[in-house]
Amino acid sequence: MSEAKQFKYIGQRTIRPDGFDKVTGRANYGADLALPGMIWGKILRSPHAHAVITKLDTSKAEAHPDVLAIARFEDFPTVNAAAFAEGRQDSGLVDLASNILANKKVLYHGHALVALAARTEAAAAQALQLIDVEYEVLPPVMSIDAAISDDAAVLHEDMFTQGLAETPSIASNIASRMELKKGDVDAGFAQADVIVEREFSTPTVHQGYIEPHATTVRFDENGTSTIWCPTQGHFDVRASTARLLGMELGQLKVTASEIGGGFGGKTTVYLEPVAMILSRKAGRPVKMVMTREEVFRASGPASASQSRIKIGAKNDGTLVAMQASLYYEAGAFKGSPMGPGCMTVFTPYDVENMWVEGFDVVVNKAKVAAYRAPGAPQAEFAAEMVMNELAEQLAIDPIDFRLQNAAKEGTQTLYGPKLKAVGLVECLQAAKTSQQYQTALAEGEGRGVAAGFWFNIGGQSSVIINMNPDGTGTILEGSPDIGGSRASMQMMAAEELGIPLDRLSPIVTDTEHVAYNQTTGGSRTTFATGMAVVEACQDIVAQLKARAAAMWNVTSEQVEWQEGSAINLAGEDKMTLAEVCAVAEKTGGQISGRGNINARGAGPSFAVHLCDVQVDRDTGKTDVVRYTAIQDAGKAIHPGYVEGQYQGGAAQGIGWALNEEYVYDENGVMENAGFLDYRIPLASDLPSIDTIIVEVPNSFHPYGVRGVGETGIVPPLAAVGSAVSNAIGLPITDLPCSPPRVLKLLQEADQ
Amino acid sequence: MAEMIYQSPKSIEEAVNLLAASSGSVNILAGGTDLIIQMQASIDAPRVIIDVKKIAEMTQAELTDDGLLLGPSMCCAELTAREDIKALFPGLVESAYLIGSSQVQGRASVGGNLCNSSPAADTVPALIALNASCQILGPAGERTVKAEDFVTGVGSNCLAEDEFLRCIEIPRPAPNSADAYLRFIPRTEMDIAVAGAAVSLTVKEGICSSARVAIGAVAPTALLVPEAAACLVGTDLGTADLNAAAAAATAAATPITDRRGTVEFRKHIVGVLTKRAASIAFQRAKGN
Amino acid sequence: MKTHVTTSINDETVEFLCEPQQTLLHVLRNELGLTGTKEGCGSGDCGACSVTVNDRLVCSCLVLAVEADGAKIGTIEGVANSDKLHVIQEKYLEHAALQCGICTPGLIVSTKALLEENPNPTEAEARYFLAGNLCRCTGYDKIIKAVMDSAESLRQGA
Repeated sequence: MSEAKQFKYIGQRTIRPDGFDKVTGRANYGADLALPGMIWGKILRSPHAHAVITKLDTSKAEAHPDVLAIARFEDFPTVNAAAFAEGRQDSGLVDLASNILANKKVLYHGHALVALAARTEAAAAQALQLIDVEYEVLPPVMSIDAAISDDAAVLHEDMFTQGLAETPSIASNIASRMELKKGDVDAGFAQADVIVEREFSTPTVHQGYIEPHATTVRFDENGTSTIWCPTQGHFDVRASTARLLGMELGQLKVTASEIGGGFGGKTTVYLEPVAMILSRKAGRPVKMVMTREEVFRASGPASASQSRIKIGAKNDGTLVAMQASLYYEAGAFKGSPMGPGCMTVFTPYDVENMWVEGFDVVVNKAKVAAYRAPGAPQAEFAAEMVMNELAEQLAIDPIDFRLQNAAKEGTQTLYGPKLKAVGLVECLQAAKTSQQYQTALAEGEGRGVAAGFWFNIGGQSSVIINMNPDGTGTILEGSPDIGGSRASMQMMAAEELGIPLDRLSPIVTDTEHVAYNQTTGGSRTTFATGMAVVEACQDIVAQLKARAAAMWNVTSEQVEWQEGSAINLAGEDKMTLAEVCAVAEKTGGQISGRGNINARGAGPSFAVHLCDVQVDRDTGKTDVVRYTAIQDAGKAIHPGYVEGQYQGGAAQGIGWALNEEYVYDENGVMENAGFLDYRIPLASDLPSIDTIIVEVPNSFHPYGVRGVGETGIVPPLAAVGSAVSNAIGLPITDLPCSPPRVLKLLQEADQ
Repeated sequence: MAEMIYQSPKSIEEAVNLLAASSGSVNILAGGTDLIIQMQASIDAPRVIIDVKKIAEMTQAELTDDGLLLGPSMCCAELTAREDIKALFPGLVESAYLIGSSQVQGRASVGGNLCNSSPAADTVPALIALNASCQILGPAGERTVKAEDFVTGVGSNCLAEDEFLRCIEIPRPAPNSADAYLRFIPRTEMDIAVAGAAVSLTVKEGICSSARVAIGAVAPTALLVPEAAACLVGTDLGTADLNAAAAAATAAATPITDRRGTVEFRKHIVGVLTKRAASIAFQRAKGN
Repeated sequence: MKTHVTTSINDETVEFLCEPQQTLLHVLRNELGLTGTKEGCGSGDCGACSVTVNDRLVCSCLVLAVEADGAKIGTIEGVANSDKLHVIQEKYLEHAALQCGICTPGLIVSTKALLEENPNPTEAEARYFLAGNLCRCTGYDKIIKAVMDSAESLRQGA
């Protein structure tokens, strides 16, 4: 393990290699591509939250002189009626297709029904008006309580709750139930001196990326069709599109443009398969760009949730039992992150007795998509709020309470594995000695502490490194760069090869130039793609050594690679990388390295956040005064971009806790589908966000890296919630703690 | 969007003639920060846009002995940089400064804010509190309307189809006077006012001798609240006086519940803002 | 009926045809190929489309393209001096003040406008001036550090 080593490049705050393009406006994002002959696609969206489509007549639109193609659900060959008749349908694929273009029912306001492509944007918008649609409107189901009530309108006639002892025969809106347990919670609670049981709710929120979904697509009958789009995973865009349209992977090339934010929300497909259908029918490239309103109405938000948490402890602070019932809204189709929510809710704690159940519930809202540690913020918010309430009842400092019960190496998790070395204790200790924690609170301020956990994943990454005769090289990788990962790849490669950074160009390439790469998500990129880069470099080093050995007439074992040069252990010779590459032609041809892996051993990342707030008791308005985000990175390859992940996650969590929520009217229509009334934090809303990088190395990665992208959004909900609660001296159970809600709590308490 | 015609007259006379000559839907374009959004949202776009920013008087502000002659289309960024205007009318400048972001400030105008006639417009309570008058010009000539009578309902005002707002006149306040404007929003910037309150008052020997209180975003139009002002006049704005003024503002408010606030919340907040704005104006006036 | 517009963009004379209802943002991106200016919302709420018109910072989604006639437009493409980055651009890179980078062009144009108007802003002044530029990735911390560092460098004559 390389922890004791001094690194030459790793750990520096280098300038990211793609930086010049990004600060000059040259970098090309999803909506920046125009192709010759390009036409524009637009989508007709449902005006109802829940309805049966009784008539859909596109003939007048098709007759519009500028309209060149129309797309409907029937145009998906692998899920349409023919596929169904042949018994070929796969329910997950049907759901995906039905979300992209509605099949028989519309299930949320804004649900796409039909798409068309026309010569100009204006013509496309006009032609949409010519589509003749009729609906049988059904009652919208807009909350968990509404969805699970006995008289709820049912969204899917074929939804019979999975995961129960007996599968029901009556359809409902509960897609599935899950249960995890270890030990015996009843026995545990019987030993408790203090028990706190509370119910919490969190609203529907959006990932809030500034770049709307967009794509430019060209179907090519004679060769490879191409998709240009901003995505976290272009290989999965290829896979989904190919599956939906019955194409082979080799017939489809996807280029990931630069991406203007994803946070999990750009790991699925909305426009690309539609644009492909339109392009095929029209024989022209098709561009489609969502408006901001469409992004809010029709792209996956994060699940609203309801949680009931019960935690018991002894007077000395030992936790004895932890229990949770977690309900998640999936939106219109099954598939909320209920599972990860159940798995993460109590993982920061080493407690023998745990019982967790989760429910995946459909409602007439947009189908949810992943949002940074999906499922964890909702569940851990609730658990951490109860932990803080318990700490207060026990009169124990909230950090000490967590230290006493902290998960560590060897802790048996609820979801299966035993933890390897992890950094929660170190984060808690850093929180305790942090400047913020030493700072006395002013009058009217409240402080909140919260911990957070996310597993992180490994998975497949494929990298090729090509060396040039002058010793420069290109790193071809396939992980869209959402946060500065190219800089880290460049640094790891420079470290492995022992050559200066500027000799290496990391390039995120398309699906044709490297083998499959799993989506940039799950906090996997620096970990897994980094590992693949290291492996490709080791492949190159082996070849360089072999070439040098041949030239010196020794064996490879007698050659060592040191600081960018081959050293002949059996003699005096030395050759730099550039010198070996310069004569590659003569020694067997050019040198390329490969690292195609399925990375195992991703290390989880724990975090602890501190939040101080000031609440205006006359208006209920909260001001975040101080904030510190502490998280275990294993090894921070580029500390600046690691800190950036901590700060970005904190900002999103603060927004989630204070002001972000979808507001629906009585017809299930979102009333705040824009950045004016969907209120994400502004520069003036936030203080400096201090960060502390803890490093407990992950021994499975050559440099000790743990993923860091996601955990940071988990603690802020309870850090802020507890801070507000402490500032006003009242419990907080429902997010967001917006001014009207806080004022109402204060006014009710006064009465 | 339907075909549109854009015109940019160079003088007031030209603008009057263009307005008179246009039939169908016509809109005056100043900063465009409301109009352009409305155009994008509507299939029936206005057929004629008359851009008044090339008319010198529309974008200039002149401070005379009688008061301020404010070109309605002067952008807020320019207005709020005028130290002389800020010294006399800090509350009006505050209200103009709160409209949107720095980028919006580079285009939005007080006149546009007034003519867009949103119930939540930030400058309208401040104009009312300052007893401003609106000079309206049309083919039939010019007429004057008080600021509190200009906006007639949600999104509507007293301008006839062939009229436009030519100038906003704000009388010079008496010595030892000051105004203040506060609004409540959930974040620190960018949001539309949930409630707003403007207070303009004069102080004589430590006592408030006259006052005007106007509230915004809590009724279809901004409201002049004489009852609230009456609670301040003849007092030194002690706690009881301020609470009474707040209660009067709350009583006068007839807000709705929407995505930005509930009835109860808005009624409460407008009272809080009235108290706070009154206190600020009082301190400023005493400091003058 | 299209209007012929003659304008100056980044100190170069540019001519284009446009419909009266087209915004400056759409013309920059779709007619002139200047895609550095981004569309995040189309309604003036996010600042990604920030440009200067006659040296005033505005959202180009709220300016009609016809209004550019006879005006001076500044976009992100004009901030650097050929291949030499502006101090502000260098500081953004140095401070890792961008992650996905979509808000960066708008922020850099806005930062330049801020520092031209107020060469010595406090942190609060910087945060409030830039409140109209939304960033979802960074939490603004490193952006503000880059802005304050740029201000100091510029004051020292960089």
